[in-house]
Amino acid sequence: MHEMGIANSVLDAVRTEMRRYPESYPCKVGVRIGEMAAIDPEALRFCFEAMIQETDLASLELAIEVCPRRHRCLVCEHDFIVQDYDSSCPQCTSLATTCISGDELEFAYLEVEQYGTSAVGAKSTQ
Amino acid sequence: MERVPLERKVLSENDRIAAELRGRFLEHGVLCLNLISSPGSGKTSLLERTLETLPRHDRVAVLTGDIQTENDADRLKRFHFPVKQITTGGTCHLDARMIERHLADWKLEDLDLLFIENVGNLVCPSSYDLGEAAKVVVLSVTEGEDKPLKYPSIFFKSDLLVLSKIDLLPYVPFDIEAAAENARKVHPGMEIVKVSCLTGNGMHEWMMWLEQRRRAHKSLVETAS
Repeated sequence: MHEMGIANSVLDAVRTEMRRYPESYPCKVGVRIGEMAAIDPEALRFCFEAMIQETDLASLELAIEVCPRRHRCLVCEHDFIVQDYDSSCPQCTSLATTCISGDELEFAYLEVEQYGTSAVGAKSTQ
Repeated sequence: MERVPLERKVLSENDRIAAELRGRFLEHGVLCLNLISSPGSGKTSLLERTLETLPRHDRVAVLTGDIQTENDADRLKRFHFPVKQITTGGTCHLDARMIERHLADWKLEDLDLLFIENVGNLVCPSSYDLGEAAKVVVLSVTEGEDKPLKYPSIFFKSDLLVLSKIDLLPYVPFDIEAAAENARKVHPGMEIVKVSCLTGNGMHEWMMWLEQRRRAHKSLVETAS
């Protein structure tokens, strides 16, 4: 259960980034989590929501994009999603494939809104 | 509203310290291995056997992590190599900052091999880079042979699987070939050694793997310098 620490790192990064936007507040933070990253998205969401309660970031939304494990075939260069741990190439059946993604634990974006505009309106655009 | 790209890792601070540690390990020619398993799979026993086998003059040290107690460090200190306990006080994994802090009063130039025994946990340690050259995952035969499928991340990220407690194979319904097959499903080509720390069976293969990694690391260090 390290999602609390991960949620804390996300909030730290949001606060750091917001120093560049003193006239705005953050609406939504997007993160990418690979299915091989050993992070449970729902546990992360639970921790995130618990941590922002009654803080200045209480209205901050967390958007999680779960990224599948992708491999590239070393023979025919085909990129494909690995399902049921079958990492052989679906195009040429080669077993010589290499992992190219699926281990992400990254920020994707931050949505910010200037003070004085509607937060509800800001969210509805996404 | 404005959407700004935020292209960086969530654990960028941990990764920054881990990269610094990795640089220092390379500079001083230290091979660092991060040992990970469930609680009770035999990481400490494997280290006891290993330290017992290594020559007394070998430049080896151990950092051992647990939530509480100095018990593991006490067990490992008997072999007269430098050993330090990291008690996390509740945290379920080690992070790079803990390693940095506990290495502060050790001279890396006096070491060739550093073992880090992570907190017993197959999930969280997988997310935290400690600057190691390789992760080693230990799975005992009293666990399920489907563990690599249930906890794929750590098997995917580890260079070596140590199947431990193989002296118990006659008494437990553990299909060792299925376990190896499951590990290689998650991590094609994964190296596997089978050991019993009780009988010493398989220790030779583990020590050979270690020796081979030490030699490979040495030539890497020589190339880098």
